[in-house]
Amino acid sequence: MAFFQMTKMILGWTFRTPVTTSYPFTPRKICPGSRGRLDITIATCIFCSLCAKRCPTDALAVDKTNKKWHINRLRCISCGYCVELCPKKCLELTGDHGIPTVTKDRETF
Amino acid sequence: MGNRTLIPFGPQHPVLPEPIHIDLVVEDEKVVEAVPSIGFIHRGLEKLVEKKDFIEYVYVAERICGICSFIHGQTYCQGIEEIMKIPVPPRAHYLRTIWGELSRIHSHLLWAGLMADAFGFESLFMHSWRVRERVLDLIEATTGGRVIFGSCKVGGARRDITPEQMHWLLGELAEIEKEMRLVVDIFLNDNSVKHRLCGVGVISKDDAVALGAVGPTLRGSGVADDMRLLKYAAFGDLEFQPITRSDGDSYSRCAVRCSELFQSVDLIRQAAVRIPAGEIAVKVTGAPDGEVFSRVEQPRGEVVYYIKGNGAKNLVRFRARTPTFANVPALVKMLAGCELADVPVLVLTIDPCISCTER
Repeated sequence: MAFFQMTKMILGWTFRTPVTTSYPFTPRKICPGSRGRLDITIATCIFCSLCAKRCPTDALAVDKTNKKWHINRLRCISCGYCVELCPKKCLELTGDHGIPTVTKDRETF
Repeated sequence: MGNRTLIPFGPQHPVLPEPIHIDLVVEDEKVVEAVPSIGFIHRGLEKLVEKKDFIEYVYVAERICGICSFIHGQTYCQGIEEIMKIPVPPRAHYLRTIWGELSRIHSHLLWAGLMADAFGFESLFMHSWRVRERVLDLIEATTGGRVIFGSCKVGGARRDITPEQMHWLLGELAEIEKEMRLVVDIFLNDNSVKHRLCGVGVISKDDAVALGAVGPTLRGSGVADDMRLLKYAAFGDLEFQPITRSDGDSYSRCAVRCSELFQSVDLIRQAAVRIPAGEIAVKVTGAPDGEVFSRVEQPRGEVVYYIKGNGAKNLVRFRARTPTFANVPALVKMLAGCELADVPVLVLTIDPCISCTER
Protein backbone atom coordinates (compact mmCIF):
# COMPACT_ATOMS: atom_id res chain seq x y z
CA MET A 1 0.00 0.00 0.00
CA ALA A 2 1.49 3.28 -1.01
CA PHE A 3 -0.07 6.43 0.36
CA PHE A 4 1.33 9.94 -0.17
CA GLN A 5 3.51 8.77 -3.08
CA MET A 6 3.54 12.37 -4.26
CA THR A 7 4.93 13.81 -1.00
CA LYS A 8 8.55 13.10 -1.87
CA MET A 9 8.29 14.95 -5.14
CA ILE A 10 6.43 17.89 -3.64
CA LEU A 11 8.98 18.24 -0.81
CA GLY A 12 11.79 18.10 -3.34
CA TRP A 13 10.26 20.96 -5.32
CA THR A 14 9.32 23.12 -2.32
CA PHE A 15 12.71 24.81 -2.14
CA ARG A 16 13.45 25.07 -5.85
CA THR A 17 12.78 28.03 -8.11
CA PRO A 18 9.68 27.70 -10.32
CA VAL A 19 10.05 26.11 -13.74
CA THR A 20 7.65 28.62 -15.25
CA THR A 21 8.89 32.09 -16.25
CA SER A 22 7.05 35.37 -16.06
CA TYR A 23 6.61 35.88 -19.78
CA PRO A 24 6.68 38.51 -21.37
CA PHE A 25 8.86 40.18 -18.69
CA THR A 26 11.35 37.32 -18.93
CA PRO A 27 11.78 36.46 -22.64
CA ARG A 28 11.57 32.81 -23.61
CA LYS A 29 14.85 31.05 -24.28
CA ILE A 30 14.71 30.02 -27.91
CA CYS A 31 16.59 26.94 -29.06
CA PRO A 32 19.05 27.51 -31.91
CA GLY A 33 17.52 26.30 -35.15
CA SER A 34 13.98 27.16 -34.12
CA ARG A 35 11.77 28.04 -37.08
CA GLY A 36 10.72 31.62 -36.39
CA ARG A 37 10.17 34.77 -38.44
CA LEU A 38 10.83 34.77 -42.17
CA ASP A 39 13.48 37.27 -43.19
CA ILE A 40 14.54 38.41 -46.68
CA THR A 41 17.74 39.95 -48.01
CA ILE A 42 15.97 42.08 -50.56
CA ALA A 43 19.20 43.13 -52.31
CA THR A 44 19.74 39.59 -53.68
CA CYS A 45 16.08 38.88 -54.53
CA ILE A 46 15.38 38.56 -58.26
CA PHE A 47 11.56 38.70 -57.80
CA CYS A 48 11.02 35.35 -59.52
CA SER A 49 7.87 34.88 -57.37
CA LEU A 50 8.53 31.16 -56.84
CA CYS A 51 8.05 31.65 -53.09
CA ALA A 52 4.68 33.35 -53.57
CA LYS A 53 3.46 30.67 -55.99
CA ARG A 54 4.32 27.79 -53.68
CA CYS A 55 3.50 29.31 -50.27
CA PRO A 56 0.96 26.88 -48.70
CA THR A 57 -0.90 29.70 -46.94
CA ASP A 58 -0.61 32.43 -49.62
CA ALA A 59 1.20 34.65 -47.15
CA LEU A 60 3.66 35.97 -49.73
CA ALA A 61 3.09 38.25 -52.71
CA VAL A 62 5.64 39.45 -55.24
CA ASP A 63 5.20 42.54 -57.38
CA LYS A 64 7.53 41.98 -60.33
CA THR A 65 6.95 45.34 -62.03
CA ASN A 66 7.59 47.49 -58.95
CA LYS A 67 10.20 45.09 -57.48
CA LYS A 68 8.39 44.69 -54.16
CA TRP A 69 8.12 41.66 -51.91
CA HIS A 70 5.16 41.51 -49.48
CA ILE A 71 4.52 39.24 -46.51
CA ASN A 72 1.42 38.83 -44.38
CA ARG A 73 2.99 37.87 -41.05
CA LEU A 74 -0.24 36.57 -39.57
CA ARG A 75 -0.66 34.07 -42.41
CA CYS A 76 2.93 32.81 -42.47
CA ILE A 77 3.28 29.43 -40.72
CA SER A 78 7.10 29.44 -40.78
CA CYS A 79 7.14 26.12 -42.64
CA GLY A 80 10.32 26.96 -44.54
CA TYR A 81 9.08 25.77 -47.95
CA CYS A 82 9.96 29.12 -49.55
CA VAL A 83 13.44 29.00 -47.99
CA GLU A 84 14.00 25.60 -49.63
CA LEU A 85 12.75 26.77 -53.03
CA CYS A 86 14.45 30.19 -53.25
CA PRO A 87 16.97 30.01 -56.15
CA LYS A 88 19.05 32.91 -54.78
CA LYS A 89 18.87 31.74 -51.14
CA CYS A 90 17.86 35.21 -49.99
CA LEU A 91 15.14 33.93 -47.63
CA GLU A 92 15.82 32.56 -44.17
CA LEU A 93 13.93 31.63 -41.03
CA THR A 94 15.36 33.40 -38.01
CA GLY A 95 15.09 32.19 -34.41
CA ASP A 96 13.24 35.38 -33.55
CA HIS A 97 9.48 34.84 -33.22
CA GLY A 98 8.56 38.50 -33.63
CA ILE A 99 6.49 40.84 -31.55
CA PRO A 100 2.70 40.65 -31.12
CA THR A 101 0.76 42.77 -33.60
CA VAL A 102 -2.71 44.28 -33.44
CA THR A 103 -3.20 45.04 -37.13
CA LYS A 104 -3.29 42.78 -40.16
CA ASP A 105 -0.99 44.92 -42.32
CA ARG A 106 1.31 43.42 -44.91
CA GLU A 107 4.98 44.11 -44.57
CA THR A 108 6.67 45.30 -47.75
CA PHE A 109 10.32 45.05 -48.70
CA MET B 1 -35.45 0.75 -10.77
CA GLY B 2 -34.84 4.48 -10.42
CA ASN B 3 -35.86 7.27 -12.74
CA ARG B 4 -33.92 7.65 -15.93
CA THR B 5 -32.39 11.04 -16.58
CA LEU B 6 -30.56 12.32 -19.64
CA ILE B 7 -27.38 14.23 -18.80
CA PRO B 8 -25.48 15.99 -21.61
CA PHE B 9 -21.70 15.65 -21.24
CA GLY B 10 -19.75 18.14 -23.35
CA PRO B 11 -18.99 19.62 -25.84
CA GLN B 12 -17.87 22.18 -23.25
CA HIS B 13 -16.71 20.40 -20.11
CA PRO B 14 -13.79 21.18 -17.76
CA VAL B 15 -12.19 17.81 -18.38
CA LEU B 16 -12.40 17.92 -22.17
CA PRO B 17 -9.56 19.59 -24.05
CA GLU B 18 -11.57 19.25 -27.25
CA PRO B 19 -15.30 19.17 -27.97
CA ILE B 20 -17.15 15.85 -28.01
CA HIS B 21 -20.74 15.49 -26.92
CA ILE B 22 -22.07 12.44 -25.11
CA ASP B 23 -25.68 12.01 -24.03
CA LEU B 24 -25.59 10.00 -20.82
CA VAL B 25 -28.75 8.11 -19.86
CA VAL B 26 -28.43 7.87 -16.10
CA GLU B 27 -30.35 5.75 -13.61
CA ASP B 28 -29.63 7.07 -10.12
CA GLU B 29 -25.82 7.48 -10.26
CA LYS B 30 -25.23 4.74 -12.86
CA VAL B 31 -24.83 5.35 -16.57
CA VAL B 32 -27.15 3.01 -18.48
CA GLU B 33 -26.39 4.15 -21.99
CA ALA B 34 -24.08 6.64 -23.69
CA VAL B 35 -24.79 8.16 -27.10
CA PRO B 36 -21.82 10.04 -28.57
CA SER B 37 -22.06 12.72 -31.22
CA ILE B 38 -19.18 14.43 -32.99
CA GLY B 39 -18.92 17.13 -35.62
CA PHE B 40 -18.12 20.30 -33.69
CA ILE B 41 -14.72 20.97 -35.24
CA HIS B 42 -14.91 19.52 -38.72
CA ARG B 43 -12.50 21.49 -40.93
CA GLY B 44 -12.78 19.69 -44.27
CA LEU B 45 -9.09 18.81 -44.48
CA GLU B 46 -9.70 15.78 -46.70
CA LYS B 47 -11.32 18.00 -49.33
CA LEU B 48 -8.22 20.26 -49.33
CA VAL B 49 -6.31 17.71 -51.45
CA GLU B 50 -8.15 19.24 -54.39
CA LYS B 51 -6.57 22.65 -53.72
CA LYS B 52 -3.08 21.81 -52.46
CA ASP B 53 -0.72 19.73 -54.55
CA PHE B 54 0.59 16.47 -53.13
CA ILE B 55 3.85 18.03 -51.90
CA GLU B 56 2.16 20.97 -50.15
CA TYR B 57 -0.43 18.71 -48.55
CA VAL B 58 2.22 17.45 -46.09
CA TYR B 59 1.74 20.74 -44.23
CA VAL B 60 -2.00 20.16 -44.04
CA ALA B 61 -1.59 16.49 -43.03
CA GLU B 62 0.66 17.55 -40.16
CA ARG B 63 -2.03 19.91 -38.94
CA ILE B 64 -4.76 17.25 -38.79
CA CYS B 65 -3.75 16.78 -35.17
CA GLY B 66 -1.77 19.07 -32.90
CA ILE B 67 -0.27 16.27 -30.82
CA CYS B 68 0.61 13.44 -33.19
CA SER B 69 1.39 15.99 -35.90
CA PHE B 70 4.67 14.43 -37.00
CA ILE B 71 3.21 10.94 -37.36
CA HIS B 72 0.37 12.29 -39.51
CA GLY B 73 2.95 13.83 -41.83
CA GLN B 74 4.96 10.61 -41.79
CA THR B 75 1.92 8.46 -42.63
CA TYR B 76 1.06 10.72 -45.55
CA CYS B 77 4.63 10.77 -46.87
CA GLN B 78 4.98 6.99 -46.55
CA GLY B 79 1.77 6.55 -48.54
CA ILE B 80 2.89 8.86 -51.36
CA GLU B 81 6.36 7.27 -51.39
CA GLU B 82 4.78 3.83 -51.71
CA ILE B 83 2.63 4.89 -54.68
CA MET B 84 5.54 6.63 -56.42
CA LYS B 85 8.09 3.94 -55.46
CA ILE B 86 10.48 6.55 -54.06
CA PRO B 87 13.63 4.98 -52.53
CA VAL B 88 13.77 6.89 -49.23
CA PRO B 89 17.34 7.01 -47.80
CA PRO B 90 17.83 4.80 -44.71
CA ARG B 91 18.99 7.79 -42.66
CA ALA B 92 15.65 9.52 -43.29
CA HIS B 93 13.86 6.38 -42.04
CA TYR B 94 15.86 6.51 -38.80
CA LEU B 95 15.29 10.24 -38.35
CA ARG B 96 11.55 9.69 -38.80
CA THR B 97 11.66 6.90 -36.22
CA ILE B 98 13.45 9.10 -33.68
CA TRP B 99 11.04 12.02 -34.16
CA GLY B 100 8.06 9.67 -34.15
CA GLU B 101 9.09 8.22 -30.80
CA LEU B 102 9.80 11.69 -29.35
CA SER B 103 6.30 12.58 -30.46
CA ARG B 104 4.95 9.49 -28.67
CA ILE B 105 6.73 10.45 -25.43
CA HIS B 106 5.35 13.98 -25.48
CA SER B 107 1.86 12.78 -26.37
CA HIS B 108 1.78 10.19 -23.56
CA LEU B 109 3.06 12.78 -21.05
CA LEU B 110 0.38 15.18 -22.21
CA TRP B 111 -2.20 12.43 -21.74
CA ALA B 112 -0.78 11.65 -18.28
CA GLY B 113 -1.27 15.29 -17.27
CA LEU B 114 -4.81 15.45 -18.60
CA MET B 115 -5.63 12.14 -16.94
CA ALA B 116 -4.32 13.39 -13.58
CA ASP B 117 -6.42 16.51 -14.06
CA ALA B 118 -9.48 14.34 -14.84
CA PHE B 119 -9.28 12.53 -11.53
CA GLY B 120 -8.48 15.73 -9.66
CA PHE B 121 -4.73 15.33 -9.04
CA GLU B 122 -3.67 18.83 -10.03
CA SER B 123 -0.04 18.69 -8.87
CA LEU B 124 0.58 15.44 -10.76
CA PHE B 125 -0.81 17.16 -13.86
CA MET B 126 1.69 20.01 -13.42
CA HIS B 127 4.64 17.65 -12.96
CA SER B 128 3.71 15.53 -16.01
CA TRP B 129 3.66 18.64 -18.15
CA ARG B 130 6.87 19.94 -16.63
CA VAL B 131 8.64 16.83 -17.90
CA ARG B 132 6.87 17.17 -21.25
CA GLU B 133 8.31 20.66 -21.72
CA ARG B 134 11.80 19.18 -21.74
CA VAL B 135 10.80 16.76 -24.50
CA LEU B 136 9.39 19.68 -26.48
CA ASP B 137 12.75 21.44 -26.11
CA LEU B 138 14.46 18.41 -27.70
CA ILE B 139 11.94 18.51 -30.54
CA GLU B 140 12.45 22.24 -31.08
CA ALA B 141 16.23 21.90 -31.15
CA THR B 142 16.18 19.07 -33.71
CA THR B 143 13.26 20.04 -35.96
CA GLY B 144 12.70 23.77 -35.41
CA GLY B 145 9.11 23.43 -34.18
CA ARG B 146 7.71 22.46 -30.81
CA VAL B 147 4.39 20.94 -31.80
CA ILE B 148 4.31 21.12 -35.60
CA PHE B 149 7.64 19.47 -36.41
CA GLY B 150 7.58 20.28 -40.14
CA SER B 151 10.58 18.04 -40.71
CA CYS B 152 9.04 15.28 -42.81
CA LYS B 153 8.69 15.63 -46.56
CA VAL B 154 7.89 13.39 -49.47
CA GLY B 155 11.18 11.70 -50.28
CA GLY B 156 12.86 11.93 -46.89
CA ALA B 157 13.43 14.44 -44.11
CA ARG B 158 13.91 18.22 -44.14
CA ARG B 159 16.50 18.39 -41.40
CA ASP B 160 19.32 16.24 -40.16
CA ILE B 161 20.38 15.56 -36.60
CA THR B 162 24.11 16.21 -36.25
CA PRO B 163 26.27 13.82 -34.15
CA GLU B 164 26.66 16.58 -31.50
CA GLN B 165 22.92 17.10 -31.37
CA MET B 166 22.38 13.34 -31.08
CA HIS B 167 24.84 13.14 -28.20
CA TRP B 168 23.09 16.03 -26.44
CA LEU B 169 19.67 14.50 -27.16
CA LEU B 170 20.64 11.18 -25.59
CA GLY B 171 22.06 12.92 -22.51
CA GLU B 172 18.86 14.93 -22.07
CA LEU B 173 16.75 11.81 -22.64
CA ALA B 174 18.58 10.02 -19.82
CA GLU B 175 17.63 12.85 -17.45
CA ILE B 176 14.06 12.99 -18.76
CA GLU B 177 13.81 9.24 -18.22
CA LYS B 178 14.75 9.67 -14.56
CA GLU B 179 12.10 12.34 -14.11
CA MET B 180 9.52 10.24 -15.95
CA ARG B 181 10.19 7.35 -13.56
CA LEU B 182 9.22 9.57 -10.62
CA VAL B 183 5.98 10.63 -12.31
CA VAL B 184 5.11 7.12 -13.55
CA ASP B 185 5.78 5.71 -10.08
CA ILE B 186 2.92 7.87 -8.77
CA PHE B 187 0.56 6.81 -11.56
CA LEU B 188 1.22 3.13 -11.03
CA ASN B 189 1.65 2.86 -7.25
CA ASP B 190 -0.20 5.67 -5.51
CA ASN B 191 -3.27 4.44 -3.71
CA SER B 192 -5.52 7.36 -4.56
CA VAL B 193 -4.71 6.98 -8.27
CA LYS B 194 -5.29 3.23 -8.15
CA HIS B 195 -8.58 3.81 -6.38
CA ARG B 196 -9.84 5.83 -9.34
CA LEU B 197 -8.46 3.54 -12.06
CA CYS B 198 -8.44 -0.13 -10.95
CA GLY B 199 -11.48 -2.10 -12.13
CA VAL B 200 -13.04 0.95 -13.78
CA GLY B 201 -14.22 0.73 -17.39
CA VAL B 202 -13.28 -2.90 -17.97
CA ILE B 203 -13.37 -3.98 -21.58
CA SER B 204 -12.67 -7.63 -22.35
CA LYS B 205 -10.24 -8.85 -24.97
CA ASP B 206 -13.06 -10.14 -27.19
CA ASP B 207 -15.04 -6.91 -26.90
CA ALA B 208 -11.99 -4.78 -27.66
CA VAL B 209 -11.30 -6.79 -30.83
CA ALA B 210 -14.97 -6.94 -31.88
CA LEU B 211 -15.43 -3.18 -31.42
CA GLY B 212 -12.29 -2.41 -33.39
CA ALA B 213 -10.36 -0.69 -30.62
CA VAL B 214 -6.78 0.28 -31.43
CA GLY B 215 -3.59 1.34 -29.67
CA PRO B 216 -3.22 1.33 -25.88
CA THR B 217 -6.98 0.74 -25.51
CA LEU B 218 -6.59 -2.57 -27.33
CA ARG B 219 -3.21 -3.46 -25.79
CA GLY B 220 -4.61 -2.73 -22.32
CA SER B 221 -7.06 -5.57 -22.96
CA GLY B 222 -4.29 -8.03 -23.74
CA VAL B 223 -4.06 -7.92 -27.55
CA ALA B 224 -0.49 -7.47 -28.79
CA ASP B 225 -1.43 -5.38 -31.81
CA ASP B 226 0.90 -2.56 -32.79
CA MET B 227 1.49 -1.16 -36.28
CA ARG B 228 5.19 -0.85 -35.52
CA LEU B 229 5.26 -4.62 -36.04
CA LEU B 230 4.69 -3.85 -39.75
CA LYS B 231 8.32 -2.70 -39.67
CA TYR B 232 7.75 0.63 -41.39
CA ALA B 233 10.47 3.33 -41.21
CA ALA B 234 13.39 1.85 -39.23
CA PHE B 235 11.36 -0.47 -37.00
CA GLY B 236 12.52 -3.48 -39.02
CA ASP B 237 16.05 -2.97 -37.64
CA LEU B 238 15.08 -2.24 -34.04
CA GLU B 239 14.19 -4.67 -31.30
CA PHE B 240 10.58 -4.10 -30.44
CA GLN B 241 7.79 -6.00 -28.73
CA PRO B 242 4.35 -4.46 -28.07
CA ILE B 243 3.49 -3.82 -24.44
CA THR B 244 0.27 -5.43 -23.26
CA ARG B 245 -1.75 -5.70 -20.06
CA SER B 246 -4.47 -8.25 -19.57
CA ASP B 247 -6.94 -6.65 -17.15
CA GLY B 248 -8.64 -4.33 -19.65
CA ASP B 249 -9.47 -1.67 -17.04
CA SER B 250 -8.44 1.99 -16.89
CA TYR B 251 -5.37 1.11 -14.84
CA SER B 252 -4.18 -1.31 -17.56
CA ARG B 253 -4.51 1.32 -20.26
CA CYS B 254 -2.63 3.78 -18.04
CA ALA B 255 0.09 1.20 -17.36
CA VAL B 256 0.50 0.44 -21.08
CA ARG B 257 1.07 4.12 -21.83
CA CYS B 258 3.47 4.50 -18.90
CA SER B 259 5.55 1.52 -20.09
CA GLU B 260 5.50 2.83 -23.65
CA LEU B 261 7.23 6.01 -22.46
CA PHE B 262 10.31 3.98 -21.53
CA GLN B 263 9.98 1.75 -24.57
CA SER B 264 10.13 4.86 -26.78
CA VAL B 265 13.26 6.06 -24.97
CA ASP B 266 14.80 2.66 -25.60
CA LEU B 267 13.83 2.75 -29.29
CA ILE B 268 15.42 6.20 -29.69
CA ARG B 269 18.62 4.88 -28.07
CA GLN B 270 18.68 1.90 -30.43
CA ALA B 271 18.05 4.15 -33.44
CA ALA B 272 20.77 6.60 -32.35
CA VAL B 273 23.32 3.79 -32.27
CA ARG B 274 22.33 2.22 -35.59
CA ILE B 275 21.58 5.34 -37.66
CA PRO B 276 23.56 5.15 -40.92
CA ALA B 277 25.32 8.13 -42.49
CA GLY B 278 24.24 9.45 -45.85
CA GLU B 279 21.60 11.45 -47.65
CA ILE B 280 18.43 12.49 -45.85
CA ALA B 281 16.20 13.06 -48.86
CA VAL B 282 15.85 12.24 -52.54
CA LYS B 283 14.49 14.48 -55.27
CA VAL B 284 10.88 13.80 -56.14
CA THR B 285 9.77 13.98 -59.76
CA GLY B 286 6.41 13.13 -61.27
CA ALA B 287 3.10 12.77 -59.51
CA PRO B 288 1.39 9.89 -57.68
CA ASP B 289 -0.64 7.54 -59.86
CA GLY B 290 -2.32 4.74 -57.96
CA GLU B 291 -3.83 4.08 -54.58
CA VAL B 292 -2.49 2.94 -51.24
CA PHE B 293 -3.42 2.29 -47.64
CA SER B 294 -0.79 3.66 -45.27
CA ARG B 295 -0.87 2.37 -41.68
CA VAL B 296 1.26 3.78 -38.87
CA GLU B 297 1.12 3.52 -35.07
CA GLN B 298 0.29 6.84 -33.48
CA PRO B 299 0.45 7.43 -29.72
CA ARG B 300 -3.32 6.82 -29.65
CA GLY B 301 -3.27 3.78 -31.92
CA GLU B 302 -3.35 2.80 -35.54
CA VAL B 303 -3.98 5.52 -38.12
CA VAL B 304 -5.03 4.50 -41.62
CA TYR B 305 -4.66 6.77 -44.63
CA TYR B 306 -6.22 6.00 -47.99
CA ILE B 307 -4.50 7.96 -50.75
CA LYS B 308 -5.51 7.87 -54.41
CA GLY B 309 -3.84 9.78 -57.22
CA ASN B 310 -4.34 9.80 -61.00
CA GLY B 311 -1.01 11.17 -62.16
CA ALA B 312 -1.97 14.82 -61.61
CA LYS B 313 -0.39 17.11 -59.02
CA ASN B 314 -3.56 17.03 -56.92
CA LEU B 315 -4.76 13.81 -55.34
CA VAL B 316 -8.14 12.41 -56.31
CA ARG B 317 -9.12 11.16 -52.85
CA PHE B 318 -7.64 11.27 -49.41
CA ARG B 319 -9.19 9.64 -46.36
CA ALA B 320 -7.86 9.43 -42.81
CA ARG B 321 -9.21 6.97 -40.21
CA THR B 322 -7.76 8.17 -36.95
CA PRO B 323 -7.35 6.14 -33.74
CA THR B 324 -9.87 8.07 -31.65
CA PHE B 325 -12.55 7.39 -34.25
CA ALA B 326 -11.84 3.66 -33.89
CA ASN B 327 -11.89 3.86 -30.10
CA VAL B 328 -15.26 5.61 -29.72
CA PRO B 329 -17.31 2.33 -29.93
CA ALA B 330 -15.09 0.88 -27.18
CA LEU B 331 -15.67 4.03 -25.11
CA VAL B 332 -19.45 3.71 -25.47
CA LYS B 333 -19.19 0.09 -24.28
CA MET B 334 -17.06 1.16 -21.28
CA LEU B 335 -19.44 3.95 -20.30
CA ALA B 336 -22.51 1.70 -20.13
CA GLY B 337 -22.75 0.55 -16.52
CA CYS B 338 -20.17 2.91 -15.00
CA GLU B 339 -20.67 5.44 -12.22
CA LEU B 340 -21.43 8.99 -13.32
CA ALA B 341 -18.34 10.28 -11.48
CA ASP B 342 -16.11 7.95 -13.53
CA VAL B 343 -17.24 9.32 -16.89
CA PRO B 344 -14.47 11.98 -17.20
CA VAL B 345 -11.81 9.37 -16.33
CA LEU B 346 -13.19 6.87 -18.84
CA VAL B 347 -13.40 9.43 -21.62
CA LEU B 348 -9.76 10.29 -20.95
CA THR B 349 -8.57 6.66 -20.90
CA ILE B 350 -8.98 6.33 -24.66
CA ASP B 351 -6.85 9.51 -25.02
CA PRO B 352 -9.44 11.29 -27.15
CA CYS B 353 -8.22 13.55 -29.93
CA ILE B 354 -11.30 15.04 -31.47
CA SER B 355 -9.68 17.33 -34.03
CA CYS B 356 -8.04 14.17 -35.46
CA THR B 357 -11.35 12.37 -35.53
CA GLU B 358 -13.23 15.11 -37.35
CA ARG B 359 -10.38 16.31 -39.55
